[in-house]
Amino acid sequence: MYSIFLKEINSYFSSLIAYIVIAVFLVSTGLFIWVFSDTSILEYNFATLEQLFSIGPLVFLFLIPALTMRSFSEEKQRGTIEFLHTKPLTDSDIIMGKFFANFLLVLFALLPTLIYYYSVYQLGAPVGNLDSGEIIGSYIGLCFLAGAFVAIGLLASALTENQIVAFILAAFLSFLVHWGFAYISVAPVFYGGFDDLIDKLGMQYHYVSISKGALDSRDVIYFLGVITIFLAATHTVLDKRKW
Amino acid sequence: MSVEVKNLTKIYQTQKAVDQISFEARSGEILGFLGPNGAGKSTTMKMITGFLTPTSGEIKVCGLSVNENSLEARKLIGYLPEHNPLYLDMYVREYLQFVEQIHKLPKSASRINDLIELIGLGKEQHKTIGALSKGYRQRVGLAQALIHDPKVLILDEPTSGLDMNQLVDIRKVIQELGKNKTLIFSTHIMKEVEELCDRVLIINNGQIVADDTIQVLQSKVAGEFQLAISFVQGSPDMAAFKKIRGVKKVEKSGRYLLINYDKNVEIKTEVFQLCAQNNWVIDEMKTSALSVEDIFQKLTK
Repeated sequence: MYSIFLKEINSYFSSLIAYIVIAVFLVSTGLFIWVFSDTSILEYNFATLEQLFSIGPLVFLFLIPALTMRSFSEEKQRGTIEFLHTKPLTDSDIIMGKFFANFLLVLFALLPTLIYYYSVYQLGAPVGNLDSGEIIGSYIGLCFLAGAFVAIGLLASALTENQIVAFILAAFLSFLVHWGFAYISVAPVFYGGFDDLIDKLGMQYHYVSISKGALDSRDVIYFLGVITIFLAATHTVLDKRKW
Repeated sequence: MSVEVKNLTKIYQTQKAVDQISFEARSGEILGFLGPNGAGKSTTMKMITGFLTPTSGEIKVCGLSVNENSLEARKLIGYLPEHNPLYLDMYVREYLQFVEQIHKLPKSASRINDLIELIGLGKEQHKTIGALSKGYRQRVGLAQALIHDPKVLILDEPTSGLDMNQLVDIRKVIQELGKNKTLIFSTHIMKEVEELCDRVLIINNGQIVADDTIQVLQSKVAGEFQLAISFVQGSPDMAAFKKIRGVKKVEKSGRYLLINYDKNVEIKTEVFQLCAQNNWVIDEMKTSALSVEDIFQKLTK
């Protein structure tokens, strides 16, 4: 697993991919926090990082599929997947190596946003007048969300040789899992019946729940469950070559 | 026996790609896989290396079943897949270190140096793989397969698309490697088989049509010799040669007239007399046993 992890990380940082991902994430969230007058905290007059955590999932929705789309598609297209499968590596080694590499890169993009936190902390009147507990919770929520999106992205990439198809599929699936259930749950058919249950199936419900600053074990289990399901599905797809 | 294959079958949907193949390869032997495109060579190799799972049948590598002990078996095999897939954005050394790491070998600069020396990658070792010519990429592919000093080497068309000099170099390496490993390789180039292989396995439509040494094949299948004649002047009449006793086939190939004949009959005198009578002046005349090429065509048509 470690060898694959290292190879993936190296290839991200030796090409432009890693730097672009980090820069795009920082610039886009930075714009919402500091510049756009609708959301800028300078106009808003509240010391909060809410903007980062509401816009974060949206940026991840495009950024993470762009990152993961090559994971398996490229290996399949170039034929290097055959190289990997004939080396003493299990399919799980390959999947987990790629999962952690992509996940780590997203964390690298998230890390510099601590500067935003520090700035808002200093700008508060009095200094430090912001809910740190909520922010820590939101960071944890964003990490889980990133993990789930990466797992979804890996599945999409394993399904096709075509990177563009992998990207669109990953973005669509991520959207469905994160927002889709919430939209479905408000349909009149489910009103007063299954709406609550369906809402809870979606990622947004749990993301918002974690973001409130109280780390509920049910939310953690939900996210770990989603990640596991998609990684297991990826494993099944890779195994398909043997059928 | 380092590679044992028994009743191996692979069915893709409805198509039988490999049909009840059985063969063995010993250590220190170079086994050539020969067959037209789509005959099942690559599929067989992919099953031996564990990339594909057979529909039925058994494969053992050094006594280990590839299906049951897949990981252990893969450690014993060095494999160069068809089309030689590589990570083009990696540096040669970086790539070899990556493969070293996959095999969980201790980091060793001397192992990689020795390998680069053996394969002849010296001048190119600091480039990215994408910047290498096809011949050098092929060497990187070979180096990758050799890094863990495997007992069994499987090379799927290692010489396809190389120029003459590269061919000669790679063949030398293969010959050297075959001395103390079990080496199975597939190819389209018949000359290579004649030059390198101890044994030839000819596959057609998923079945083995021949499994013998070249000498045995030549005597077994052929049963005939070939006479090649070139002329200084005159336009020889092919039909006239066909009338000679023992002649089986007459054809023109370039400046040569090729006459296939029963090896138990001596036709040279008659051919010479025929030419002399008609004033077809002979420039060159030579006999040869049928080449692997002819055998191949005979068996796979």
